[in-house]
Parts: sequence; structure tokens; C-alpha cells
Amino acid sequence: MAFYVVQFLTGLASAASLFLVASGLSIIFGVTRIVNFAHGAFYMLGAYVAFTLTARFSGALGFWGAILAASLIVAAVGVIVEMLLLRRIYHVPELFQLLATFGLTLMVEDLVVLMWGPNDLVGPRAPGLKGAIDFFGQRIPSYDLFLIVLGPVVLGLLWLVFQRTRWGVLVRAATQDRDMVAALGVNQKWLFTSVFALGVFLAALAGALQIPRDAVNHDMDLRVIVDVFVVVVIGGLGSITGAFIAAVLVSELNAFGILIFPKISIILVFLVMASVLIVRPWGLLGKAEAPARRTPGLTVNPWRPLTSNERIAAAIVFLFAASLPFFAGNYALNVGAEIAIFVIFAASLHFLMSAGGLASFGHAAYFGLGAYGVAFAVKLAGLPMAIALLAGPLFGLLGAVVFGFFAVQLSGVYFAMLTLAFAQIVWSIVFQWVELTGGDNGILGVWPEHWAASASHFYWLSLAIAVLVVSGLRMATFSPFGFALRATRDSPLRTEAIGVNGKRIQWSAFVIAGTVAGIGGALFAYLKGSVFPDVLGIPLSVDALVMVLLGGVETVSGAIVGAIVYKALSIWLVSQTEWSKLVLGAFIVLIVVAFPKGIVGTVESIWHRRPSSLRDALLGSKIETAE
Amino acid sequence: MQGRVLLGATLALTLMGFAPSAFAQSGGEIKIGEINSYSLLPAFTEPYRKGWQLAVEEVNAAGGVNGKKLVVISKDDGGKPAEAQTAANELVSSENVSMLVGTFLSNIGLAVSDFAKQKKVFFLASEPLTDAITWQKGNRYTFRLRPSNYMQAAMLVDAAAKLPAKRWATIAPNYEYGQSAVAVFKKLMSEKRPDIQWVEAQWPPLGKIDAGPVVQAVAQANPDAILNVEFGGDLVKLVREGNTRGLFKGREVVSFLTGEPEYLDPLKDETPEGWIVTGYPWYSIKTPEHAAFLKAYQAKYNDYPRLGSIVGYETIKAAAAILAKANSTDPDKMIAAAEGLSLPSPFGEITFRKIDHQSTLGAFVGKTALKDGKGIMVDSVYRKGSDYQPSDAEVEKMRPKD
Repeated sequence: MAFYVVQFLTGLASAASLFLVASGLSIIFGVTRIVNFAHGAFYMLGAYVAFTLTARFSGALGFWGAILAASLIVAAVGVIVEMLLLRRIYHVPELFQLLATFGLTLMVEDLVVLMWGPNDLVGPRAPGLKGAIDFFGQRIPSYDLFLIVLGPVVLGLLWLVFQRTRWGVLVRAATQDRDMVAALGVNQKWLFTSVFALGVFLAALAGALQIPRDAVNHDMDLRVIVDVFVVVVIGGLGSITGAFIAAVLVSELNAFGILIFPKISIILVFLVMASVLIVRPWGLLGKAEAPARRTPGLTVNPWRPLTSNERIAAAIVFLFAASLPFFAGNYALNVGAEIAIFVIFAASLHFLMSAGGLASFGHAAYFGLGAYGVAFAVKLAGLPMAIALLAGPLFGLLGAVVFGFFAVQLSGVYFAMLTLAFAQIVWSIVFQWVELTGGDNGILGVWPEHWAASASHFYWLSLAIAVLVVSGLRMATFSPFGFALRATRDSPLRTEAIGVNGKRIQWSAFVIAGTVAGIGGALFAYLKGSVFPDVLGIPLSVDALVMVLLGGVETVSGAIVGAIVYKALSIWLVSQTEWSKLVLGAFIVLIVVAFPKGIVGTVESIWHRRPSSLRDALLGSKIETAE
Repeated sequence: MQGRVLLGATLALTLMGFAPSAFAQSGGEIKIGEINSYSLLPAFTEPYRKGWQLAVEEVNAAGGVNGKKLVVISKDDGGKPAEAQTAANELVSSENVSMLVGTFLSNIGLAVSDFAKQKKVFFLASEPLTDAITWQKGNRYTFRLRPSNYMQAAMLVDAAAKLPAKRWATIAPNYEYGQSAVAVFKKLMSEKRPDIQWVEAQWPPLGKIDAGPVVQAVAQANPDAILNVEFGGDLVKLVREGNTRGLFKGREVVSFLTGEPEYLDPLKDETPEGWIVTGYPWYSIKTPEHAAFLKAYQAKYNDYPRLGSIVGYETIKAAAAILAKANSTDPDKMIAAAEGLSLPSPFGEITFRKIDHQSTLGAFVGKTALKDGKGIMVDSVYRKGSDYQPSDAEVEKMRPKD
């Protein structure tokens, strides 16, 4: 019995650490709607700064003072980031802030190695809380007890602040209806800055409090960020109490789960999230989001198919790309093929995000299913390449049919997180099913057959498929189906009123996107000659998101440019410098500031600002508007 | 395009300007392509890089490889197999390297070895531990330097089987390395000691151990001894929770890799005492080969070597020896030269086995102890890699025929 009590308390201590990080994220998201990918980075910075300060100041006062000072210092960094970077991009399309914070995270990961060195750092134990307390023969670390108390105390303090202060009232009002708060004359700028500072403070505090029990290193951020998002979503966005309940739920299930299934930890949080979201689409304590109020006329330019001149331009670009094998070497062609594959992948997600308005955080699942489809077809069934290539889209399609059905029942960030959960579930199945998939060691020897083996042939194959896929997706966007999909995105209620089955349309779009991603995955398996579980992993899903956002989500085909720029740059940087994350992150942050609508989106809006006569003369035809 | 040509020309001119004239006369240079997870795992790859840079310096100071200057072109793989493939492709197609060396993670090692097999390139895997790279998925183009998972397990079993403990629990990260380390250890241990029981197995995810509940779960099973495969940040958390909760008190612990300075040093004064570990006690190895290496390393970097330094150093020494013996960059000739090749190392002479292309580099087995607030290895004994191998018949059964 004593064991179960202690295991329960241990779970509570884990929950408290998780809750501290999650509370900050929940507050920031609730008010600013920023999906703050850098939250893990602030958590990590908190730990690093606290490590430095605790090494300098000894004694109880020194230790606790250092923890507090570290949190304040990092919160100040957060304020600077908010004022210099995020303020510039509140008005741009949703999720674009994700790109900015992603860039920051990349930079911080390299910066901490530059500043603190590459080794694991082990901080001091907390003075007075070094030992353990005996509980019927079981030992409970006193630091755990401290955390167990701290969690609810922080929850209570936050509750007081939000319920009993004017600032808290404003924040809650902003969480419910930002525009109305602004209309009533509240200075949103400072409200947002202060909220961001509080959130970052909590993240840094959580990080600093880890140093007596953890090692400080440069991948702390990624270890925590996904779990924290999951906790916030299970709890319900913007609900701090929900986040607390979710943290306790997840931690206790883990503490007792591992007694029965020792391998459960790897997937537990995602299983919980998927189950919770299927039953409660807005998390445990979340409320249905008010439909977004779109200012009329804000949606920049109505989309139109390419004009004949633009078609000629596209054809010229294509011909240039197709002639690459005549003057480029094998390595360049190899990179070219990889870029073409990522154009396919990014275009599939872009279709879902731009035309469908559905941002998936787990799109790699379908890419990876495509790659594994090919690997199974070659290795288990021994199929020839031409047929095996079809297994990719087939696997992507099957996965998308099943998961898409559940996912499209939700919307917004909940949709995104459910797709993430599904992707992680697929990933963990592939990772664990060693007999079939080889687990972490992957499936080797999936090389192209002779007819496609040379670098130039494989490049042409990838390029041709990429062009077909992109044209196909454009046609779908401008087909009646595409119009129905875009209508569902822009006004679900009106579309339903005129008899369009919105969910079914969205499900179809999800299946199309999944199938196309599967095509990309199939080619990728042959390009690399081997398949590993990381083709299904979160980093690849994030890459796809970054490519789409970089290109511009409000464009028809921005993802093509996004994929080319991002992939080419990252391959080049990884090859040229060891600090590729720092440079790439800085580049992304610059792009975010310079091209707030994505590269293509910004170029388009500059183009459209020109005098229309000149534009029409250049285009040679009238713009067909959607209206 | 023009810009790139110009840049290339400038670079080439600069390089020519700096190249020592001795090599310019005797016929150019010989290039080795090196790939490792520099940005993902800097704690291990930094000392590794210092090691190979020292070796390159020494090889060239001694006249290079058959009069040619040895040049290493190094690429980062970001910890991803797909990026390692891209890097391998660049090194082979654009840089025209004679062989590939390096890699740390097992899956990246396997990806590059498969690339080597497909493109018929010589590959010397330096750090990956997986048995598959020389056995189940071995190929004739791939050689491996570091003692494999099996070898390290066999060395530990030697010591562990002598313990009186009968009830064993295991804690290992839930991925291929952790799984196969536990599997091999269990198999070899049960062969030597049919009387032991495996009472608990915990599999926390790699890099994300929730140490409290794991420690409690193991303690609840009340084992006499624990096998640990955790390392890095996970090890720190496990040790801290285990110390506080008294998990290790009165229990024997056998632990993979923990004696390597990379993993032992961060633990500082919290180092648990009396664990049986594999590792690298650089402070207590008194052989002349190692003394020479240590002196050169400390003189160049003003820092002590980690195990990665040895691996990096010996990788390039081995590569140079293979190239020198083959006197050619033809992969088949290099394979013929490498099979059965013996060469000195800081740990004594090593040989690349013909049967599975595994080197006989060994490891030190000893016990952890605390000295002046730092963790060290005591009672360390060097175990030769050649003594901890399955029979040739077993190896032949596992390894695919070329």
C-alpha cells in the first residue's frame, strides 16, 4: 500500500514540474493566440541561467535567489523578444508566429552550446531539500514534496491574479474576445507584453527548478515542448486549471502505467490526448472557440488560376529545372531530387492549410507511411519499383482516411494537435514493432531499380511527379470541390446552409493531402535507399509547416517556393557550417520580419499594390476574381 | 554559377598557397570523408573531433600516406539518417573522397553502411555500437572500430556472473541500442548463470526518463542487482533519483558505458560508488602507447581526452594504415588491405577481423568510485576485443554472404 501512495506522490511531483511549464504556455496562447514554439527554449534558458547563478551564489538564500533571478532574467529576454519580434507579426495570418518562435528555438539551441559548452551540466541540489523522507519503508525525496506543494500554490496564485486584479480581468476579457477589448480602449500592446512576460517567467522558473533533479543540456527544450503542448490541449486552451488537471492525469497514468506496461511512456501522452479530444473536442475544461471574425476585405487577393503569360513563365522555369542534368553534377541532382520531393510534401500540406484552412501538425505521418509502404512492398512483397511506388500513396491514403475522419471533427489548434497525436501513435508503432519495421534501425536496401538508379533519371522522375502533383493540386483548388472547400474554410455556417457537407469535403481534402504526401514519402524511400522511423517524426512535420508558412499560407502555391528555399538552405548550411541551426534560425526570423505574409505572399501583395493598368498590361488579361 | 566557379578558384588558390610544399611535389593529397552528429551530440563529437584532428596532424607530420597529404573533409549529419546520406553523397560525388569514416548513432551508421554497399564505397564506422552493422546487416564495404554492443555486454557479463545476486532488474532506454544491450546481456548471463531470475524491466523513452516513477518501480521488485543501460542526461536523472530514494543501497549495479568520461564526469560528487562499468579511465592507464597519446593530446588541447578522443584518433590512424597498405583508393584493394590488418592504438595493438570486419579494440572494465568530489574508475582492467566474440560459426550464420 505504502508503495502505491509513494508512486502516487512521485507522479504528483512530475505533474507539478509539467504544470509549471504548461501554465505559462496556456496563458500565452489564451491571450495572444501565439503557438509559442519557443516556450521550451525559455524553459531551457531558465535552467542554464539558474545553473550559472547557483554556481556563483551559495547557501540557501543564494540558491533560491538564483532560481528567482534566473526566471526574472529570462522573462526580461522574453519581453525583448515580444517587443522586437512578435509585436510586428500579431496582425499576420495565424500560425505565422509559430514560424518566428521556431526560428528562435533553433537559434537558442546553438547559442546555449556556444555560451555554456556542449557538456551536460549538473546543478547543485536544493539546500535543505537534499534528502528523503521515510514513509513506511519507502523514501520520498523532500524536493518532490516541495514540488507537490508548489504546483497548487502557483495554480492558486494565478487564479488570484486572474480573478482578483484588474489586469487579470483584462487578460480574461482578451482571452474571450480580443477585438472587443481593443475596441473598449485597452492598450493591447502592453497587455500582450505583460502576458508574454508572465508566461516566459513561469517557463524559466520551471526550468530553473529542474536543476536539482535533472541535467542541463541543449536538447532540454525539445524534450519538454511537445509534452507541454499536449498537456495544454488536453486541459483545454487557455484554461490553467485544465492544464493542471491534465498534468496530473498524464503523470499519474505514466507513474502507474509503467508498472504494467514498462514501454508505455513513449506514447502515453498522445494516447491520452487522442482519447480526450475524440470525446471532448475542446479539451477537458476548454470552451468552444468563438468563430473567428474576419474583417471584410482583409483576405488580400482573391485567388485566380495562372494567366497564359504566367503559364509560359512556369513552363520556362520547368524547362530550366529539367535541363539541370546537362550541366550539374550528381550531388546537385541528388539535392535537386530531394527538393522536388519536399515540394510534393509541402504542396500537400499547403493544400490542406490554404484551401482547407486545416493546419496539420502531424503531416509527416502520411509522408512516412508512404515511405514505409514502399519499403514493405520492396522488402516483404518483392514488388518491382514501378508498382512499389504506388504502395506509397496507398498507405498515405489509408492512413488519412482513418485519421482524417476523426481529425476533421475538430478545428483550429485542436485539429492540429489531434493530427500530431495520430502521427506520434503511428511513429511509436513503427518504432516499437521491431520484427516488422526493424524499429529504430530501420529498413535498409530500398534502392531504385536500374532504370531510375542514375542521379539524372531519378531527378527527372521526381521532378516530373512534382510537376504533376502541383498542377493536380492547383486544379483541385480551382475545381468546384476546391470552391466548396474554400467556402467551408471561410464560412462554415453559410456553406452548410447552402447544402454543402463541410465535414465530408474537409475529410476528402485531408485524404487528398495524405495521399499526395504518401507519393513524396515513396520517392524519398527510394532516394535514400533506406527508411527510418524519423520519416514519421515531429521534426519532419515541423519542417513541412515551416515550408508552407515560409512560402505564404494565403497563396495558392507558395509552398513550392517555401520548400525550395528552406530545403536548399538547410542542406547547404548543414554542409557548410556546424552552427547551421543558428544561421537558419536567424534567417527564418529575418524572413518573418521582412516578409510577414511569407515570401510568395509578400511578393504578391507588393505586386498587387502597383497601378492596376500597368499590372493588367503586364499580365495581358483581366483577373478573374472569385466573387 | 559563375560566382561559384570564382569562389572555387579562389579557394583552390588559397589552399595551394598554404599547402606544405613537400606534398605538392610528391603528388597531391588523399581525401577522407568524415560524417558525425556534431550539432546534435556536441558533448561526444567535440572530443572525437579533437582526436581525429590530432591524428591527421601526426600522420602528415610523418610524411602523409605514401607521400600524399591526408585531408579530412568533415560534415555534420544533424543526427538524422537522411541527412547523413546527403552528406555521404556530397563527399563521394562532389568531393571525391577515397573513403567514408565516422558516425555515432547506430541508425546513422547503418544508413551510411547501406549507402557504402550500394555505391561501392569503403566505410569505416567509428562509434555506432549496434551488432547489426557487422553481423545481421553487415556488408563487405563496412568496417567498425569500436567494441560492439555484444562485446561490451560479454565483458560486463564476465564480471557480473561472479556476483552472488540472483534477482535482476533492468533499466534501459526504449530504442534499439537499449533493447539489444539488455537482450545480449540477458542471454549471455543466463547461459553462465541459469539460476538467476529477471524480476523487472523498465523502458523509459530515450532522453525523456521520468526517473522518480521508474526508480520506485524497480525498487518495488526488490532486485539483488540492476543492469543499467541509461546514459547522458537520462543517467544523471536516474542516479540522482536513485541516490535520494536509496535504490542503489545494498544492490549491485552493472552499467554499460558509465565509466566513459563523457558520462561519468557530469555526475561529479553524486557519482554512485561500486558500479561495475565499461569505460575509459585515462588517468590510470600506464602503457607507453597511451602515455604518448595522452601527452600529445594534452599538449595540443590543454584538456584531458574522453573516449570519443580515442575513437576519433584511432579512426584516422586506422584509415591511414588501410590507405597506406592498399596503396590505392580502389575499394576492393582497400577491403583486402583492411581485412586482417593489425595496427597500434593507444589501447595496444588492434586487428580488423576478416570474418566480420570488426576491430579488436577493447574496453576497460572497472568499478566506479569517488575521489575529490569527482567520479573515477578504479580496479580497471583492459579487456581485449578479440576475447569477447561469439564463435566463428555463429558469426558466419548471422552475417549475410556477400
